Amino acid sequence: MSEAALQVSGLQKSFGKNHVLRGIDVTLAPGSVTVLMGANGAGKSTLVKVICGHHAADAGQMTLAGKPFDPADAADAISHGVVTVHQSIDDGVIPALDVANNLMLDRLVERGHGLFVRERHLRAEASKVAAEMGITVNMRARVTDLSVADRQMIAIARAMARAPKVLILDEPTSSLSATEADRLFDLIDRLRAQGVAILYISHRMSDIRRIADRIVVMRDGAISGVFDEEPLDFEAAVTAMLGHRMNEVDIQQQQGTTPVLELTDLHIRENAAPITLTARDGEVVALVGLLGSGKSALADILFGIARPLGGSMRINGNAYTPRSVEDAVAQGVFMSPKDRGTNAVVPAFDIADNMTLPFLGGFSLGSFLSKRQQRRRADAMVDQVGIICQSVSDGIGTLSGGNQQKVMIARWLLEPAQVLLLDEPFQGVDIGARRDIGRHIRATAEGRATLVFLAEIDEALEIADRIIVMNEGALAAEHINDNIDLTALVADITGPSAQGTGQSL
Amino acid sequence: MNDKILNFSVRYGFLILLVGLVVYFSLAAPGFFGPLSAAFVLQSVAITGILALGVTCTLVVDGFDLSIGAVATSALMLSAYSMVILEHPAIVAVMLCLGMGALVGLINGLLIVKFRVPDLLATLGMMFLLIGVQRIPTQGNSIATGMTLPGGTVAEGTFSAAFLWLGRHRFDVVIERLLPMPVVIFVVIAVVIWLFLGFTRHGRLMYAIGSNARAASLVGTPVNRYKIAAYMISGVTASIGGILLAARLGRGDIASGNNLLLDSVAAALIGFAVLGAARPNAFGTAIGALFVGILLQGMTMMNAPYYTQDFVKGAVLVAALVFTFYLSSRRTGAGH
Repeated sequence: MSEAALQVSGLQKSFGKNHVLRGIDVTLAPGSVTVLMGANGAGKSTLVKVICGHHAADAGQMTLAGKPFDPADAADAISHGVVTVHQSIDDGVIPALDVANNLMLDRLVERGHGLFVRERHLRAEASKVAAEMGITVNMRARVTDLSVADRQMIAIARAMARAPKVLILDEPTSSLSATEADRLFDLIDRLRAQGVAILYISHRMSDIRRIADRIVVMRDGAISGVFDEEPLDFEAAVTAMLGHRMNEVDIQQQQGTTPVLELTDLHIRENAAPITLTARDGEVVALVGLLGSGKSALADILFGIARPLGGSMRINGNAYTPRSVEDAVAQGVFMSPKDRGTNAVVPAFDIADNMTLPFLGGFSLGSFLSKRQQRRRADAMVDQVGIICQSVSDGIGTLSGGNQQKVMIARWLLEPAQVLLLDEPFQGVDIGARRDIGRHIRATAEGRATLVFLAEIDEALEIADRIIVMNEGALAAEHINDNIDLTALVADITGPSAQGTGQSL
Repeated sequence: MNDKILNFSVRYGFLILLVGLVVYFSLAAPGFFGPLSAAFVLQSVAITGILALGVTCTLVVDGFDLSIGAVATSALMLSAYSMVILEHPAIVAVMLCLGMGALVGLINGLLIVKFRVPDLLATLGMMFLLIGVQRIPTQGNSIATGMTLPGGTVAEGTFSAAFLWLGRHRFDVVIERLLPMPVVIFVVIAVVIWLFLGFTRHGRLMYAIGSNARAASLVGTPVNRYKIAAYMISGVTASIGGILLAARLGRGDIASGNNLLLDSVAAALIGFAVLGAARPNAFGTAIGALFVGILLQGMTMMNAPYYTQDFVKGAVLVAALVFTFYLSSRRTGAGH
């Protein structure tokens, strides 16, 4: 291999007391795809943000093609040829403009471009860029009207229009279906052939098998393994990523007692097989699957946000047909939604108000709230769940992400539930908080059925008695969380469409 | 230490300023400090204050009601029309006005939650519509007893004494005939809305909707119903303001109430700065209305010309907004 495109050595970064990067050494070679793996909170995103100029490093050096590289900000990094496509796609495109304008946007910003936009010329140029990238969408289509995959392609094409030496892709497939992802991989192959050094961040084993030339694994802010010998040792990479963490959580597998939630032939999506599922009292069932596998759709139906296309739901033997969220809550079905920032946190409220929000009726006399009762219950919960805060009358914004998530979960533990739904409860949560949450969910599981919706296997292994795999809007497989066959589980999750790419984990 | 000073000034700055103003005017303008002057200030802010309390409720759910001024003038015209032309008794006129306010609020709410029209635009449209509608029955004329109707007949009805009592009665407090009825109604509404927003679970849920409507709906809050309720409260309080204005004027004056919208919105926004709340709140709104009233009364007594009034209101509003949005945002951990 020739000279390194980007070399990172001894990189350190702390946020307050939190030491996120503890001396990272990574080398990216031109014309090669380096996959960066790591569990939540390992420091992958921070590393990317330092490389793309979003954060300044506390210590360590970076060199770009042999020259020192110390980007002042994101624009500086881009002008040096280090281009990043971030996880949330819409940061990379302008939805209201058409494809041609999106592709040519950087050209429009250039000085000396002239005042008037020459539409035909612009469209011709854009078509050329698109053809090079293998994009076949109508240049006049508005980006809002495109599929997620096409948008992603356009974001990458825009990045490529700047002729980068280093391209960083942060979980680019997290919102793509399997076929859409295949198109992305073709594109990556083409870029690799052009000599671009690519850093690819992903959790998805199928992606990693498909495109990795090397694997770099991060754990707790340090590099815990580098794998670059053919054939790549994926199993060792996963072990390096998880460390011995997998064995640390000792699940006392519960069978559950009486059935609480019974789904019969529940139809959640057109052309998907119906779902039949029973969740019993005291057991924690994890539903795992990739994005678009139907997890969120099922959660929405159970919580009264959406209606099933067919089939029936029963709770404790009685028919359950929630008409609204209000109705679901009244019948003892609670859900902690994913993306707490948009779906759960009330930023203007303090911890006590945030926690007691669903059950304010229980804390009031007539209609008048009793601040004292709210505080008392919130204080008790803070102790139980292990929320680290000064006082429950502090603003919710003063808490770290993990502690905010604990408050959001604690909210639904205030009252006894029949069915507790947790959609991605570990999202953006550090490992310590994740453990606390998992332990508490399991400790309180008696008296209800608990369904946890997760994308990551290791999270499911930490919390569930039973792991049910979803794929394409239907149940694909079921595993009891006891000496689980990880290879089979991964194969079930990636589904039949991706199974040809590798046989072993 | 610096933080403490900042905190203190954000929290109490506006109230200290208010006390400072009162002290200053009391020393500088003889006759400012006294029950008569106080009653006058209260009387001058009562109607705008009532409207401002209503708009506060819509601000709490992250909405806005631009139609309050028009609702108030519509209530003014409706009550006059009802009594002078249709010769209804006072109680019917009052009920018609309150019903009209509630209906307008309901329509505003439905436009916003069902038809997804942005709040500013929906209520702006409603404002236009009401300003137009109130002129149609009288062909653009003001309503007074003895006016000639389009059919050639003469309006025989009068504003009943009971109705005028609402706007003109003065209670004996400290000195005889001091406290006007509208002030009493203003204080009652202020206390009710203060209790409702600050201390009931309904109020708390409305604040939750204003802060993160999606999160509120995902804990089972009927978000749409609360939003509609907020606009209905706003409509009803605005119609109360209009009734009191009609009762004070004693005629259906088409040109009165022009300043009601801006003055009451200003009061509600100034209220954000009171006690460093940085959010709509009933206590702040009442203080905001009072602040403007005291300032104008003091300046008038010190012979400031009338045309400087709007300038002064604007300056106070801008200062309050800086207080709210700049200083409060610098404070860390702004909780409930």
